[in-house]
Amino acid sequence: MTRQLELNVALLATLVVFVLGIAILGFGRDIGYVLHGWIIAGTAGWGAMYLINRLSDPAPSIPLEYKDDVIKWGVLACFVWGVFGFTIGDVLAWQLTIPAFNGDMSWSNFGRIRPMHTTAVIFGFGGNALIATSFYVVQRTSRARLASETAPWLVLIGFNLFVLLAVTGYPMGITQSKEYAEPEWYADLILLVAWVGYLWLYMATLARRAEPHIYVANWYYLGFIVVIAMLHVVNNLAVPVSIAYPKSYPLFAGVQDAMTQWWYGHNAVGFLLTAGFLGMMYYFLPKAAGRPIYSYRMSILGFWGITFLYLWAGSHHLHYTALPDWVQYLGMSMSIILLVPSWGSVFNGLLTLNGAWDKVRTDPAIRFMMVAILFYGLATFEGSFLAIRPVNTLSHYTDWTVGHVHAGALGWVAFITFGAMYKMVPWIWKREGTYSLRLEAWHFWLALSGTLIYVGAMWNSGITQSLMWQTYQPSGAFTYGFIDTVDAMRPYYTARAIGGLLYLIGALIGAYNIYMTVNGPRVTSQDADARPLARPAE
Amino acid sequence: MEGKHAKLERNGIAFAIMILFVASLGGIFEIAPLFTIENTVEEAPGMRPYTPLELAGRDIYVREGCYACHSQMIRTLRSDVDRYGHFSLAAESMYDHPHQWGSKRTGPDLARIGGKYSDDWHVAHLIAPSDVVEGSVMPGYPFLAETRLNVDVLPASLRALQRAGVPYSDQQIAIAGRDAIAQADFEGGFEDALWERYCENVQVRDFDGDPSRVTEMDALVAYLQMLGTLVDFDQIKVEEIAR
Repeated sequence: MTRQLELNVALLATLVVFVLGIAILGFGRDIGYVLHGWIIAGTAGWGAMYLINRLSDPAPSIPLEYKDDVIKWGVLACFVWGVFGFTIGDVLAWQLTIPAFNGDMSWSNFGRIRPMHTTAVIFGFGGNALIATSFYVVQRTSRARLASETAPWLVLIGFNLFVLLAVTGYPMGITQSKEYAEPEWYADLILLVAWVGYLWLYMATLARRAEPHIYVANWYYLGFIVVIAMLHVVNNLAVPVSIAYPKSYPLFAGVQDAMTQWWYGHNAVGFLLTAGFLGMMYYFLPKAAGRPIYSYRMSILGFWGITFLYLWAGSHHLHYTALPDWVQYLGMSMSIILLVPSWGSVFNGLLTLNGAWDKVRTDPAIRFMMVAILFYGLATFEGSFLAIRPVNTLSHYTDWTVGHVHAGALGWVAFITFGAMYKMVPWIWKREGTYSLRLEAWHFWLALSGTLIYVGAMWNSGITQSLMWQTYQPSGAFTYGFIDTVDAMRPYYTARAIGGLLYLIGALIGAYNIYMTVNGPRVTSQDADARPLARPAE
Repeated sequence: MEGKHAKLERNGIAFAIMILFVASLGGIFEIAPLFTIENTVEEAPGMRPYTPLELAGRDIYVREGCYACHSQMIRTLRSDVDRYGHFSLAAESMYDHPHQWGSKRTGPDLARIGGKYSDDWHVAHLIAPSDVVEGSVMPGYPFLAETRLNVDVLPASLRALQRAGVPYSDQQIAIAGRDAIAQADFEGGFEDALWERYCENVQVRDFDGDPSRVTEMDALVAYLQMLGTLVDFDQIKVEEIAR
């Protein structure tokens, strides 16, 4: 695409978002909604002015280097949202321990800030980590610069605008209540614009590749981008009430809405929190360990197995409900088979370390990645196990599910991200290494102990509560009233909140380490490899 | 296999289309039939769309994120049925845009909470839960009793739901705001009109103990008090619908 056409398309997209913002702040009759109008119009208006100014500029010469400036901002956003999201998560944990922490005010109560936590960590922390590393990986594995100078910024700013609108909307009561898809229609539209740009950019950069084959990490990143687009559009089909209010009603109702929601919800896990981060693993692990991927065939089987099977598994969130049984059994079966490609990826990752196991001891970043794979193996085994109907009668609606999700989120997603970040940050800022290996190790042990305490507490509380719910007296009456089972949770909830606090402290040490790395001295020697291959003039 | 895959790896667009195709199969085979197979949602006498006041209460339930801790789905398990009542039918959430089945029971299931406690109990409990249930970890919602209900938005809300497939009549939509005020018995005497427009299972009274105005507390309690009460289980044969 020529530079002019590209700028015009970017300008058009920005202007569409600008008009949306103006309409919201003009017609809006809800204070939070109007505030969002100002944020949207301000961001898009600034972007449009910037693009208009660039239109008349002479075409700048594009250096024969990888485009890394946008990645640096992605890393910053990842850590800012991460620390924010972990903090809110721990506040929520303390609210369950000491209910007075709710404050009994609308904006501070558990129900409103719980999605702030999930959105900030899934999209803010996880999403930015994926966008940043995918830009890094697609350039290196294709030996090509990103296909556009404008689009990467549009993607990163648009995506973070979406996260900002989502996270600020919940405390003001703006939500559609679909778990992990809570943002209302106007935020969804902005994400859609950014996501179309992301898909185009990724495909266009792949099309420039100097290597004949598309490397396996890119399959996973591409799977993440394509499937999230499909899920986002279908699950967020809704009828807005009017331009004056943020509220909308989802198009589907009841059983169909529930199934669509968990088809989305389970695959936000499958393609954002799994496929995307497997892409990260398939690049950063072999690169850091200096070993090739163990098996090419296992990569193929793992990738297509996950891409096919995950989308069938969502109905295991709805066992014994009013969803027709045939869908429940189908979802259960597919969830069990899903263990095969999942563990295929686990072994492919672990066996890649063959010949480099000593580095697990000496390099905390590789240790992060190795343990991440172990947690991935644990969480996928647990997931298949919990999808079995009789097991699900024990685990469903309890903290066991919460513990399962956090084994995956804290242990797998965040560990692989921290491992990759400790490698990528020195590489893109051209630093010798991270500021302190000692702090990296501190981060690792705090994060690991925090995760183990968290997950252990939730296993105990979940199983305890479920067994108490199901305990009968010989007369046929229940032994425990509901509130008795709530009382029994107190020690576990306190332990969980402490585990979360350890994890947060670890992340703060990590953020400080990254900050000091960026502020450290630059390495002058340039690796000749670290450039795109020269291409004939276009 | 590897040879064919090596070819696919050389073509980015084909690869992306292949991903979309393979990934869409699950939804096509599991979700699409739910819209076409007729017995997915059974016939249940007594089901009706929410009245404007109940809908306003439901919107508050959604806004406050109640679904984060309360499910509205009684499973077909003995321990669920004994504790919460008859297992939930698909028909009971047929007008729920979005569903509120939930995923976590930090608090108890609410699918059949309607009629189990008095209005006064609900109001006192929502204002300060641990005063009513010792040891409760639920936050308090005192602001609901102090916030006047916005009824201006209700016609647009019903219209949007009508577009999504809920059978509201144009008349119901036009006077949705007045119906909401009438159901909270603000001036009294509208019971027959509401029953005629909706159904005789609509509960009409002052819900929040403050007859001088219609608050968000009125709406939320009206919603909670109707949950699970619509379907008359004496009229349907459970064996016929039990799967």
